[in-house]
Amino acid sequence: MSQSAPSSAALPRGPAAGLSRRDRLLGWRYLPLTVTVSLFVLMFGAGSVAFDGFFSAQVFFNLFVDNAFLIVTAVGMTFVVISGGIDLSVGAVIAFTTMASASLIQGRGWNPWATMGLVLLLGALLGLAHGLTVHFFRLQPFIVTLAGQFLARGLCYVISTDSITIKDPVFRVLSETRIPLFLGGAITVSVVIALVVFAVAVFLAHYTRFGRTMYAIGGSESSAVLMGLPVARTKILVYTMSGFCSALAGLVFSFYMLSGYGLHASGLEMDAIAAAVVGGTLLSGGSGYVAGTLVGVLIMGTIQTLIMFQGDLSSWWTKIVIGMLLLVFCLLQRAFQRSAVRRLTSAAPRAPATGAAGLRSA
Amino acid sequence: VSAQPGRSAGVAEALRGLSRKQLFFPVVTLLLLLAFSLVVNPRFFSVTVRGGHLYGSLVDILNRAAPLVIIAAGLTLVIATKGIDISVGAVVAISGATAASLIGGQIAVQGMEATKVALPFVILGAMAVGLAFGMWNGLLVSVLGLQPIIATLILMVAGRGVAQLITDGRITTIYYRPFFFVANGFLLGIPFPLFIAGAVLLTLGLLTRRTSLGVFIESIGVNPVASRSAGVRAGAILFWAYAVCGLCAGIAGIVVASNVKSADGNNAGLLFELDAILAVVLGGTSMNGGRFSLVGSLLGALIIQTLTTTIYAVGVPPEITMVVKAVVVFVVSVIQSEAVRALIWRRTEVAR
Repeated sequence: MSQSAPSSAALPRGPAAGLSRRDRLLGWRYLPLTVTVSLFVLMFGAGSVAFDGFFSAQVFFNLFVDNAFLIVTAVGMTFVVISGGIDLSVGAVIAFTTMASASLIQGRGWNPWATMGLVLLLGALLGLAHGLTVHFFRLQPFIVTLAGQFLARGLCYVISTDSITIKDPVFRVLSETRIPLFLGGAITVSVVIALVVFAVAVFLAHYTRFGRTMYAIGGSESSAVLMGLPVARTKILVYTMSGFCSALAGLVFSFYMLSGYGLHASGLEMDAIAAAVVGGTLLSGGSGYVAGTLVGVLIMGTIQTLIMFQGDLSSWWTKIVIGMLLLVFCLLQRAFQRSAVRRLTSAAPRAPATGAAGLRSA
Repeated sequence: VSAQPGRSAGVAEALRGLSRKQLFFPVVTLLLLLAFSLVVNPRFFSVTVRGGHLYGSLVDILNRAAPLVIIAAGLTLVIATKGIDISVGAVVAISGATAASLIGGQIAVQGMEATKVALPFVILGAMAVGLAFGMWNGLLVSVLGLQPIIATLILMVAGRGVAQLITDGRITTIYYRPFFFVANGFLLGIPFPLFIAGAVLLTLGLLTRRTSLGVFIESIGVNPVASRSAGVRAGAILFWAYAVCGLCAGIAGIVVASNVKSADGNNAGLLFELDAILAVVLGGTSMNGGRFSLVGSLLGALIIQTLTTTIYAVGVPPEITMVVKAVVVFVVSVIQSEAVRALIWRRTEVAR
């Protein structure tokens, strides 16, 4: 966060003061995540009370099964957003991946594994191109990835304007295999992929130098440069990873739909951004959790499931409810930010004096 | 002989000065595109009069570009404040849905076609809905202080749902003939949408360039805090910029609904926000705010439509349009990029 930068400079050096400060900061930091998790529990609980058969392991697992591709995309999106950017190309890259793999396998008789490798590489390359352009040409990520979106969607239609069904046995097996878990519930291979991506992302974000640099860039890019952090490399890598995640999500989507189509996943970038925001990631960058994004996706899945169980409400209510949820979370974030700023500014007058005293004693 | 180098230097200097003009790149791009279209289709510039109405490729381009011009004009003001409105496509759908539901299916009164609500109120109603959603965006951005991209993202996500709510999830067909005049009629031999687009541009142009409103908008784009200190009512101007953008999207929605004679909550105005942003950026308005050109946005919208029409004319599959657009967005953004300009500038300095 940009607010934490001046605070650490003006921080009193005394151990007790530092601790209380950190405590307060931690509480504030985890608050959005707490709100998100509580909301999920509340929604799932409400569904369980209202509808018979809602409270079951399979309904819960289906949240993952039906949204595996969204988890994978949203994780990549979260990285980009934390670093202070945005990636509007993800939905189009998913569509392109389904289209490219379908046409290569069905039309050209390619080996399915080679196809998967190639489309993943293509996704990563497009992401790399985004990153290079954003960093070296200093263009707005919004515009660059918009161009990427046009490109990927356009390429879909260049391949074919029709939907192509995938009949490849490997894809079928990957699509249909059910891995039984406890309580009679089962998950798919896609869920395993999504969870692996999630675990890797958590590790990268919180336990590596790369992750810390990513947060630093999102907080303040110029400060990160002045601190001597590898800004260029990290930024480019973040976009490359988002491209790779989108391509992987495209494969997961192919397993889910068993077809390639240029209109697949239209508007998915907005779902991914919404999941990240509902999960507590600040769109201004520098703050957020990959875990929050996972819960964000689950919340959006729960909304869909609730509307499905309810039966009378039409599917467009999903969009309206997600929109309202986005609004509430944005306003919450705004309120948190304002209160944090107020705390910092009210603490400011005495901070320099204590800071100087602390220095003198040291 | 000795005057030769001096004159060429003068020409180079003039060219350099010209290339720094805001409208230089859009005008050149449009001229190049038109020249290319002429090569592809020698009859491109021919305009014929049939039944007192003008027909021809150029008229067609202007006519088809009208909704985009209207939206781009409104969006220009928002982008000039360093904002963005990505909900315009959704507002187009909502406004179209409102118009269709106010007209209300196939109603016949004494053998005559009729509407549920009188036509002027249909038009005003759809415009009011556009304005209301624009004000909603303005409220979120200027009063609640949300980032423009998030504030309008909310409406972008929810807006299509609202549009489907209005049409009850169906594609509503419009049967009332007088309504078709909006997009398909001719006035003085000229397609009617051109008058609508012209009126919108003229109104906004007069408002921003004949009063100091335009300068205020630009000052907010440069530095909102400083402009507030200087006595500019930044909050109110920001609010109305979004409101006007919504109104423009509402007007465009009526034109689109009239053109396709139906309202489709899912697909009306789909990707319009992207085309509109592209038009504004192509027109030389910087995404970083602080300067804008309505004429530039008009040129940008015409560039996009000419591109689309020409691609059809060349016989390239229309699907390629998106790829071409992607390349155009990329090239134009790179040209506009300060970093690239600085790089080229340094090169030429070193070369001297």
